[in-house]
Amino acid sequence: MVPDMFDLYLRRRFINALGLTISVLAMIFGLFWLGWILWTLLEHGLPGLGMHVFTQTTPPPGSTGGLINAIFGSIMMVIIATFIGTPIGILAGTYLAEFGQRGWLAPVTRFINDVLLSAPSIVIGLFVYEMYVIKVGHFSGWGGTLALSILVIPVVIRTTENMLRLIPNSLREAAAALGTPQWKIINFVTLRAARAGILTGVLLAVARISGETAPLLFTALNNQFWSTDMNQPMANLPVVIFQFAMSPYSDWQSLAWAGALLITMSVLLLNIAARIMFRQTPNSH
Amino acid sequence: MPNLLSDSLHKRQTVLDALFRNLTRLAAFSVLGLLVAIIVSLVIGSMPAINAFGFGFLTSSDWDPVNDKFGALIPIVGTLITSGIALLIAIPVSLGIAIFLTQIAPLWLRRPLGIAIELLAGIPSIIYGMWGLFVFAPLFADHVEPWLNDNIGTWPILGPFFSGPPMGIGMLTAGIILAIMVIPFIASVMRDVFDVVPPMLKESAYGLGATTWEVMMKIVLPYTKIGVVGGIMLGLGRALGETMAVTFVIGNAHELNQSLLMPGNSISSALANEFAEAVGDLYTSALIELGLILFFITFVVLSLARMMLHRLQQREGHGA
Repeated sequence: MVPDMFDLYLRRRFINALGLTISVLAMIFGLFWLGWILWTLLEHGLPGLGMHVFTQTTPPPGSTGGLINAIFGSIMMVIIATFIGTPIGILAGTYLAEFGQRGWLAPVTRFINDVLLSAPSIVIGLFVYEMYVIKVGHFSGWGGTLALSILVIPVVIRTTENMLRLIPNSLREAAAALGTPQWKIINFVTLRAARAGILTGVLLAVARISGETAPLLFTALNNQFWSTDMNQPMANLPVVIFQFAMSPYSDWQSLAWAGALLITMSVLLLNIAARIMFRQTPNSH
Repeated sequence: MPNLLSDSLHKRQTVLDALFRNLTRLAAFSVLGLLVAIIVSLVIGSMPAINAFGFGFLTSSDWDPVNDKFGALIPIVGTLITSGIALLIAIPVSLGIAIFLTQIAPLWLRRPLGIAIELLAGIPSIIYGMWGLFVFAPLFADHVEPWLNDNIGTWPILGPFFSGPPMGIGMLTAGIILAIMVIPFIASVMRDVFDVVPPMLKESAYGLGATTWEVMMKIVLPYTKIGVVGGIMLGLGRALGETMAVTFVIGNAHELNQSLLMPGNSISSALANEFAEAVGDLYTSALIELGLILFFITFVVLSLARMMLHRLQQREGHGA
């Protein structure tokens, strides 16, 4: 081989090895943060996690307490928000996938929905504050629920549409050939076939809103006491974590870490559950 | 057999069909309605501030709740700078991760590692904030910031940006935390986009003797240019609107500093900190106008991102 060519070959080999090594390092860099953050959560969160967290309400500084009112409030708001947002999301997603071949509505909705999917959640909080909190005159659990349900809708629309598009057309045609009306085809054939995928989307939406803090800051606010009244300010884990973590009291901070561990574990479990469920659908790619 | 499908039954099904179609259409409309409602309510809410300050709001650095003087310059600059730092770090790292996941990693490792990166995206932002404040910021203040001061801080042009008291919290810390947050978003878009490249193109290049790196740089990246930029814009949109992670570590000071080590403020952290406690119509309204500005900026960025990704998808449809 000509020496010049050999040099060129070596240089290309070297650049290749260098680039690939840097890529491996980037991967390690990304995983490193995941590991570090999870480790921190376990290190600070586990010592504060005990039965008292699940049996007592949030304490004033200096006394012992738990997070039960915040856990309850979060669960209530997340569940109701999911029940409000999911039907709207599934219906709109169905429109995009099944009826949206013609006209301007489907492409525009799809585009706006994709933008709303990543729109800043704090702006949604401001919106609900303007539209609801000001009108009723006080912060309330309903306000928080409303803000969270607005965040559910785009996620569910996206997955519903994607999942319906995976359903083969032959299925629709077979049903139509039997004389099935379209509403029955969609409800009893295509939506049913896409069930697992859509449920995945709902789980992902639940995971997303479980950790949302910003939209709750000026809608649900917080409540130091046990309250099941959705018309009153309602305690919720993210806002409690925010307030307690920013406080100078060490017992509050340790409760905040315990809460942070709880939230992260639930969100990660939901994420993993969603993925396992999606893998079981026959139509996954 | 005229009575097999009786007329009334047929009619009922037609009505139900129309009903269902319009129900779904209504739901789709409600998404548009939601967007319009958000914009209208924010504009109405910020009217008092718009009337009081006009366009001067965008260029004024005042933030004086006592005398009712407000300007958006400091939060806007803070938002742009922290997001800029985040992108500077996140773009090369995400590119590396996407290259690793699509070209280097053995097949059995791709799925679990991809999921791990997506889990990083799933961690709630408040967790990043807490971790940033209690774990990252102290280490940063003790070990990195003094080094920045001593080394880069003495350079002629870059120096002033990296000199200042090592407090741990500030614009630079906020930018780094944001970078960690947006890396998974950008990386997973890039990975999906790289998968779009027709294998034929890559195999031809390999057949000509190109190395993996050369295929990446000269075939895959040029082919997916638009999608990669779209993914970056998507990450930028996330970074601009991110609230909790930034609120914990940016320091929430209404000051304009040349040094990135000093505390600052961003639009979202100003809202998170001050909105619930704001007294007075003008104060509230100024904060809502900040929210309107944020929504406008992110809307433009995210729209551009979606258009670029859409263009790549269309080419995928028409191309090889």
